[in-house]
Amino acid sequence: MSDTTTTSTASKTAFNWRGLVLPITFVVAWYAATALNLVNTKLIVPPAGVVTTGLKELTHGDFYLGIALSLWRDLSGFTLGALTGIAVGALIGASRLADKVIGPTFHTARQISLFAWLPLLSALVGTGDLSKIIFIAFSAFYPVVLGTLEGVRSVSKAHAEVAKVYGFSPAQVFFKLILPAASPQILSGLRLGLIYAWLATIGAEYLLVNDGQGIGNTVFKGRMAFNVELIVFGLVVIGAVGNVFNRIAELIEVRLLRWRAPAR
Amino acid sequence: MPHAGTIEIKNLNKQYDVKGKPLKVLDNISLSIKPGEFISIVGSSGCGKSTLLRLLIGLESGYEGEILLDGKRISGTSLDRGIVFQEHRLFPWLSVEQNVGLGLLNAPGMQSAKDKNVQEHIDLVGLKGFEKAYPYQLSGGMSQRVAIARALVNRPEVLLLDEPFGALDALTRTRLQQELQRIWQAEGITAILVTHDVEEAVYLGDRVVVMQPRPGRIKRILDVPLTRPRERASADFVAIKDDVLSEFSHEINHATVAERLERANVLAA
Repeated sequence: MSDTTTTSTASKTAFNWRGLVLPITFVVAWYAATALNLVNTKLIVPPAGVVTTGLKELTHGDFYLGIALSLWRDLSGFTLGALTGIAVGALIGASRLADKVIGPTFHTARQISLFAWLPLLSALVGTGDLSKIIFIAFSAFYPVVLGTLEGVRSVSKAHAEVAKVYGFSPAQVFFKLILPAASPQILSGLRLGLIYAWLATIGAEYLLVNDGQGIGNTVFKGRMAFNVELIVFGLVVIGAVGNVFNRIAELIEVRLLRWRAPAR
Repeated sequence: MPHAGTIEIKNLNKQYDVKGKPLKVLDNISLSIKPGEFISIVGSSGCGKSTLLRLLIGLESGYEGEILLDGKRISGTSLDRGIVFQEHRLFPWLSVEQNVGLGLLNAPGMQSAKDKNVQEHIDLVGLKGFEKAYPYQLSGGMSQRVAIARALVNRPEVLLLDEPFGALDALTRTRLQQELQRIWQAEGITAILVTHDVEEAVYLGDRVVVMQPRPGRIKRILDVPLTRPRERASADFVAIKDDVLSEFSHEINHATVAERLERANVLAA
């Protein structure tokens, strides 16, 4: 019985080597195109140049500081957005009154592209870390609210009756019934929020330009200096970090939802 | 051994409002249940037997008349009454032992005593070794055993069973009926079983209450004076079963006539 669980968990988390086929093909084609001078190598730089630039960056302390600062902004914003998202989602999902009062505003506000908020945000709070973190928090907030909302609404009446039979207090109903019952959808929302937050981190660093440091700033600097190698290296790092985040989220999700039947 | 509850139902009436019109679902129900007695309630769908059980557990309210447990009027749910629903209603995110433990969540006592109690009830329903399993890993019959353990773990005075084996296959159902009889005898509590399975009602009940629909009322109460465990094939058992079934033959004919009339009307129109 526990064997089935472990196997399914393992197959879900085992590394997918076939996923490397496309990137490797792409790099080979890229290399061939530049090596054979089929393209303007000023615009499409050879992969070797990117590797050299990357190695140079990697020996630089500034690079790690930039990553650390980006991660700090990302996780601060994500935490802020996720916590308020769960609270607001649970409120709208559980209370009819809250849904009537907050619902319409929320559903209208989320139609506004996040980037449309940037000018207002920079005018009000400036272009420092605070406005970046608020922007990132917003980007994580929406998917988490929607996931939580959907999850809370999916709690079955049958289970609610069981809670009533065993005399659950309101707090017990929330923590022992609603939250775990809604956890699959909340976790999907959190995972989406994590991806959005990372996108927003780069977006904020790129668009709310100041003299701060971060991986988004690195790309921006590369563009300013027409250093295509640096831009491409920045993209690779951003993608890698995003991928690591997604992977960690996946592992946490599998672990927390091990009570679900593996076959879906 | 827990204290077994005495239930007194006096002139119970219950009605729902359907589109503004009152619909009577229970009409003048009176029934006295002795402590430790096993009562089976049979009836076709719509006879109000499930509503009666939901009133007894406290998930439905708003009735006329009296429902008394040990002389006190029932209002709302309470840990002195346990229930097993037709669906197991286990929490899928909790293991077997955690699900059974839900029954003790708001009961007084030390955690160590509760853990011991949970283990005893898992053993009682024959699921030793499955403590850590999740509901998705259990069969329908096993899940229903967990639900029985959860209902009994806080040692209620009354166990209510709402068609608990209705969704199980025939073999599992027969086995669980035997198990339920053993568990009821071991716990020595009052039990009320609602079912549409006449054989199940006769196999388990000290008395069988036959209900009829529209509005739901008691048609007849039969004694089952057979020693336990009962032989389903014995002449006495079959005689009582046939007696209960005969109460429904009229209903069936009645329904058929009504159906025929309806069909004739449709054809005429």
